[in-house]
Amino acid sequence: MKRPPKDIISSARMVSRRALVMGGLQLGVVGALGWRLQSMQVEQADQFRLLAEENRINIRLLPPSRGMIFDRNGIAIAANEQNYRVVMVREDAGDVGEVLAKLTEIVEIDPDDLSRAMQEMQRRSPFVPVTIADRLSWEDVAQINLNTPALPGIQAEVGLSRVYPWGADLAHVVGYVGPVSDYDLSRIDDTDPLLQIPKFQIGKTGAENKLERTLRGSAGTRRIEVNAAGRIMRELDRQEGDPGKDIQLTLDSRLQSYVQARLDGESAGAVVIDLENGDLRAIASAPAFDPNLFVRGISVPDWTSLNEDKYRPLAAKAVQGTYPPGSTFKMVTVMAAMEAGLVAPDETVYCPGFTDVFNIRFHCWKRGGHGNIDLHESLKQSCDCYYYEIAQRVGIDKMAEMARKLGLGVRHDLPLSAVAEGLAPDKEWKARVRGEEWRIGDTVNASIGQGYVLSSPLQLAVMTARIATGREVTPRLIRLIDGVEQPTGLGDSLGLNENMLRRIRASMEDVCNHRRGTAYGSRITDDAHKMAGKTGTSQVRRITPEERAAGVTKNEDLPWERRDHALFVGYAPYDNPRYAVSVVVEHGGGGSRAAAPIARDILLQAQYGGPPPLEAYPAGVRDKIAEQQRRIEARIPPGAKGRNRV
Amino acid sequence: MSYLEYNTKYVPTGLRKVLHLNWPIILLLIAVASAGFLMLYSVAGGSMTPWVEPQMERFALGMVLMIIVAMVPIWFWRNMAFLAYGGSMVLLLGVEFFGEVRMGAQRWIDIGFMRLQPSELTKITLVMFLAAYYDWLPNKKTSHPLWVILPVIFILAPTMLVLNQPDLGTALLLMIGGATVMFLAGVHWAYFATVVGGGVAAIVAVFQSRGAPWQLLKDYQYRRIDTFLDPANDPLGAGYHITQAKIALGSGGWTGRGFMQGTQSRLNFLPEKHTDFIFTTLAEEFGFVGAFTLLVLYLLIVLFCIISAMGNRDRFASLLTLGIAMTFFLFFSVNMAMVTGLAPVVGVPLPLVSYGGSAMLVLLVAFGLVQSAHIHRPR
Repeated sequence: MKRPPKDIISSARMVSRRALVMGGLQLGVVGALGWRLQSMQVEQADQFRLLAEENRINIRLLPPSRGMIFDRNGIAIAANEQNYRVVMVREDAGDVGEVLAKLTEIVEIDPDDLSRAMQEMQRRSPFVPVTIADRLSWEDVAQINLNTPALPGIQAEVGLSRVYPWGADLAHVVGYVGPVSDYDLSRIDDTDPLLQIPKFQIGKTGAENKLERTLRGSAGTRRIEVNAAGRIMRELDRQEGDPGKDIQLTLDSRLQSYVQARLDGESAGAVVIDLENGDLRAIASAPAFDPNLFVRGISVPDWTSLNEDKYRPLAAKAVQGTYPPGSTFKMVTVMAAMEAGLVAPDETVYCPGFTDVFNIRFHCWKRGGHGNIDLHESLKQSCDCYYYEIAQRVGIDKMAEMARKLGLGVRHDLPLSAVAEGLAPDKEWKARVRGEEWRIGDTVNASIGQGYVLSSPLQLAVMTARIATGREVTPRLIRLIDGVEQPTGLGDSLGLNENMLRRIRASMEDVCNHRRGTAYGSRITDDAHKMAGKTGTSQVRRITPEERAAGVTKNEDLPWERRDHALFVGYAPYDNPRYAVSVVVEHGGGGSRAAAPIARDILLQAQYGGPPPLEAYPAGVRDKIAEQQRRIEARIPPGAKGRNRV
Repeated sequence: MSYLEYNTKYVPTGLRKVLHLNWPIILLLIAVASAGFLMLYSVAGGSMTPWVEPQMERFALGMVLMIIVAMVPIWFWRNMAFLAYGGSMVLLLGVEFFGEVRMGAQRWIDIGFMRLQPSELTKITLVMFLAAYYDWLPNKKTSHPLWVILPVIFILAPTMLVLNQPDLGTALLLMIGGATVMFLAGVHWAYFATVVGGGVAAIVAVFQSRGAPWQLLKDYQYRRIDTFLDPANDPLGAGYHITQAKIALGSGGWTGRGFMQGTQSRLNFLPEKHTDFIFTTLAEEFGFVGAFTLLVLYLLIVLFCIISAMGNRDRFASLLTLGIAMTFFLFFSVNMAMVTGLAPVVGVPLPLVSYGGSAMLVLLVAFGLVQSAHIHRPR
């Protein structure tokens, strides 16, 4: 169509006019964009730059290596073991299924682990390494490394994990570590960022738990630049943390191992104290458990069997268990009376086999009675009536005071879980806790370590140590922290009458070495290593008058949990005391039969620093002892499993 | 027979046409494309691959195509306008039925040697066809309702198809580009006032329809609207792109963090950093100075087009030039408004800078038309 020229002119004018309008609008838009750029890039630049920095910089923690725990000889009892694991990076692997199939041909992998790893890989970003299998052997790792070309995306990595070379033998002392849980976080007031790391290992029980801060060390940090997906691009800087401090305990792992083996089969606790410095040489509780099980994550059947065992393997009976001390308490009663001047050493008390106190009859263990009996004989033969009599003279408050002086009824400060306070009852205690008035019968019961009196094997060992030395021996478990010597536990003099102590010790010697002593059967015949001590048998039930009339049932005929506890406290050598020991065998029957032989074996082992010669034993039992030594030696793990450090 | 064909004796012929090309526009296009190469090199982490080399090859191809198109007389292109429009409509329908779905939208069609995005092509062919339409239409009929409805249908037909892909950004660009040609041709103001009024009413309706059974937009489009209104709401989800883009932009400051030093893009915090969001990298690394310079370069291209159009008495040529200039303007202004948080994220690339084949080729062919119009203008 042909346009008239007039049309062309007006059309061109119209287009030009409107083009100018369009251009004006466009200028306006460009102005707005320019203004926007200016306000963001010039005015708010600082604010945006800060946001960009926050975007790209990430701080990662470098977990410190956990401090090791050594025994007194520098043998490792809690160590860090290199642990090989195999990880997979999905994006490097290509065909994940194919690579995993090849991997399972080379090393054996639990199908559960495999499916868990597959799930995790799908969830995570493709560049995040996912653990396929843990705790591989060196042979497996070598196999994997050999086959690297066929396994794209697969890497073997080295990590550290906690290991307890002595297994169950030190379980109750050292405790164990495990991954930090929500419960742990709610319970402990600790702002350490390390605890926020998933599966970070912290001490759960025992020394691992109580010395957690020392062992843990502090985290290092690593500032890294990350991209939007969280992939690490480069490290900006790195600040190393402090590794955890090493700790040396006073325990002798060899002796500890022996004691555990000796207690095997019983539900028992035993403590050995070095009298020169209060060092705890052994703290044994039987049965025990393998702490390594917990580090890996204990299986449900293992946990159930530990928890439902009536011998309670998880309980640290040596420090945590409290028992009526029975006759081992008699030293306390008599020392309280003598210190108060209420009984003379040569004074005799008549024992008809029972004592009536306000119409209540208290029996001596010997039905026929001991006749006239003095301090020496009463301890040696463990006559009860003597103590019923003198306790009424001295009163419970003085007895409780003496008990506390000797370390009963007080909590000893040790870095262990649930150290028991025990109980040295007095009138104030009964009024406060029971809301009842103290009765004379309570005093009579307490005089032979029954009734309300409760003590742990640890406390009994401390009591023995204090009687043997006359000093305020305080138990010490930590010898060195990071090479720094900790204060020793050889305390000041207790200020007790030396003559009295000598008489008590002499009586304790006769308990073991006199023909009529209750522990004569467990004597040490080697004079240089002679033992002194005291047996105890504490009832866990009341003997009813009917039972007594019918003739008391023999212990062996009762169900296990109603039998008496067997106790023994002792020290050796008598002439120059070096070690004090306490043994409590739960429901073991009589102290002289069940506990004293164990204490003797432990003291001999401690004094000889290994298996004692058979000559130290009475001739009649040597064959039996030889057999026992062979059995125990076979059970003790080879001594130098851990690394020597000192 | 148009006026032009009788006034061609002064129009240059043969190789002399080269001298009469609009050289300022060519130089500006090269400058902008070079900025693009630089940025693609930077976002690739200092590498010619995977983006710079193909982009350069396509730019060279595009420039050759541009010159070829420029050499062909403009009346030939006017005669081709209907064919071009029809062809792009066929391709749009082809996408509808045979298209590939990529990134949640059906936009591509495979034509053997390359993947074509017909909606890109349509932006130009629509403008071309409308310019031809108004060249044909006598002046006095321009504002006649019957002759207004016809171009509206021409515009809405491809718009609906594109909206169906779904590609909201291109649909808006098509509508605005088409409406611009109508406006330039002299359609009465009252029509535009009515449409703008209707548009406002439509926006109200869109928001009212949300959640109702007759919901007008897709959920993801509503979410984009929400994100636009308050990106901080969902910084890791829907608002992530725009929040990160703004951080990159803002942290550039006055002179930028330096070439290849932008942490936001180098560390992948920026999404689609080589395509729609490439401007943020430029703004981060070269700061306000660099970003504003690019803006001015774009504006100059548009201005030279307007100047060329105003000096051209041929109706088709000037309408086509202005329409292409407007389309080009819409590209970069919508993209910049998008990454600076002034407009919703609708998926419009930054022309000549963003990585992308068909968009660049189509754009350079369009500038070939502008050049043709310039060379063959009546003297």
